Amino acid sequence: MSTKDNNNASEPKKKPWVKPSITPLRSGFLNKSGAARHMIWRDNIDGVPVSKLLEDFKSPLFVVSEHTLRQNSKRLRKAFSTRYPDIMFGWSYKTNYLSAVCNVLHQEGDLAEVVSQFEYEKARGLGVPGNCILFNGPNKTRAILERAVNEGAHIHIDHLDELYLLEDVAKNLGKVVDVAIRLNFDTGYTEQWSRFGFNVESGHAIDAAWRIAASDNLNLVGLHAHIGTFIMEPLAYKAQVKIMNNFMNEVETKTGCVIKYIDIGGGFASMNSLQGIYLPPEQVVPSIEQYAEAICDTLLELTHERETRECRRPTLILETGRAVVDDAEVLITSVVANKHLPDGRRAVVLDAGVNHLFTAFWYNHDVVPTRHLSGRPEETVLYGPLCMNIDVMRNSVMLPPVNVGDTLIFSPVGAYNNTQWLQFIEYRPNVVMVQENGKVSLIREAENLEIVTQQERLPEHLKNPYPKGTPRNFLTTPK
Amino acid sequence: MGQSQENNTSGNDTFPPLANLQRLAISESGFVFDPVSGHNFTVNETGLFILRLLQKNNRLEPLLDRLTTEYDSPRRELERDVLEFAGLLRDYVGE
Repeated sequence: MSTKDNNNASEPKKKPWVKPSITPLRSGFLNKSGAARHMIWRDNIDGVPVSKLLEDFKSPLFVVSEHTLRQNSKRLRKAFSTRYPDIMFGWSYKTNYLSAVCNVLHQEGDLAEVVSQFEYEKARGLGVPGNCILFNGPNKTRAILERAVNEGAHIHIDHLDELYLLEDVAKNLGKVVDVAIRLNFDTGYTEQWSRFGFNVESGHAIDAAWRIAASDNLNLVGLHAHIGTFIMEPLAYKAQVKIMNNFMNEVETKTGCVIKYIDIGGGFASMNSLQGIYLPPEQVVPSIEQYAEAICDTLLELTHERETRECRRPTLILETGRAVVDDAEVLITSVVANKHLPDGRRAVVLDAGVNHLFTAFWYNHDVVPTRHLSGRPEETVLYGPLCMNIDVMRNSVMLPPVNVGDTLIFSPVGAYNNTQWLQFIEYRPNVVMVQENGKVSLIREAENLEIVTQQERLPEHLKNPYPKGTPRNFLTTPK
Repeated sequence: MGQSQENNTSGNDTFPPLANLQRLAISESGFVFDPVSGHNFTVNETGLFILRLLQKNNRLEPLLDRLTTEYDSPRRELERDVLEFAGLLRDYVGE
């Protein structure tokens, strides 16, 4: 025994294996891949080891941080409420309507901002009272409008047909309904979202206001507009507030209504990298405080004269989604395979794809390993598991060699993934929330065959795939 | 796998021809220059070790034997990564 031990001790210690790499040197090419990611790694989410999360909930895995979510919400609230006296927030359900996410934000004081019958019913199902719901969207059926009117939801009218339908609903129910209209206009900063609401410049908006003023069953009390998405220029909001304030004064003067709230929608950028923008988000994305300053200072100044008329300033409502939830969620994914493309680039196949991470189509997500990676960083393509050419998670990222089973963290992924993801080819994975006390809760269970197929119905004559017998074994020679 | 290993040891198809490998100028830091094509490359530490061995013998089996004694990794994993590396070498210095 001792001899054997001595022999072992005398053997030279073997070196750790790092995949061999060879990289062509090309002069004159820009490095569009950004900095190498091998110096940074992240092995836990809010103190919970990634290895433990994957052991309990498998890979791939979405992980929501309750702490970050609440902190983001509190920061947003503070930034605006310290600059304007009357602020409300509506949680944009379409950004992330996982029940746990919604109720964290409702607990922080958010209303529910919904845009469909499904989202309305989801909010009600979570226990949100009707009068805490902002009901947007261009497709509100008579049935859901009747429910919304009966439950006191704040309905934002999108078009004339909805106006007439809502008036009919209100009349049949014998009610006078307080409503808002959605506006669209040109701020000069963003592409005009003219497909939603009534246009201000063409006079359609004032026409709608006149029609509401003439109604016995509708009462205009609010104005809503949403000027775009991922807006990186706070001055766009300054322009929006000016236009909406001018319209508020015009509509009040001309129709005699009293506007009680202005809802400026959302659209704040998050700390994500839009594809095509090479500067990092830290350099181009404004802080929440910069947005708040542009919006609140403008509205405060413009509505000052209302107080002299003993007319209250309008409540300012924001429907901020992405900036609240995006960096509160990550996606952990595992390496399935390594390969080299014919052009020499290294490619890595992951177990999560664009079916899970829909925003990979327009963001270059931050990608970090969960352990220190040794070896020389190489330009690498990250593919998902789909048997589809579109399944590219990152077209180019600098990463040292990774092994099968290594894990990577994609972030931020909290916005528009758990709502726009697809059950396509693969099952959608678990989503967990790391609570503020460190406990981990499963907040959406991974799909399985039963869940995916439970809505299907198979006609009787199609229940047998091969009623005339199975096809021949094509590996044998036909007789 | 047994059959492919046999083929590799009986022929020299896995790696570029020995003459191509021997013409490469390789620095201590992993800078590689091919005087025929004029192309430059960098290799990591493992790639450098393998290239130096290949300049003496471009057969797979002896290379894997040596790597197995040097590195703390199962032979099949070494073989998998070396085969991928060989594919790149064929592309870069094969002609």
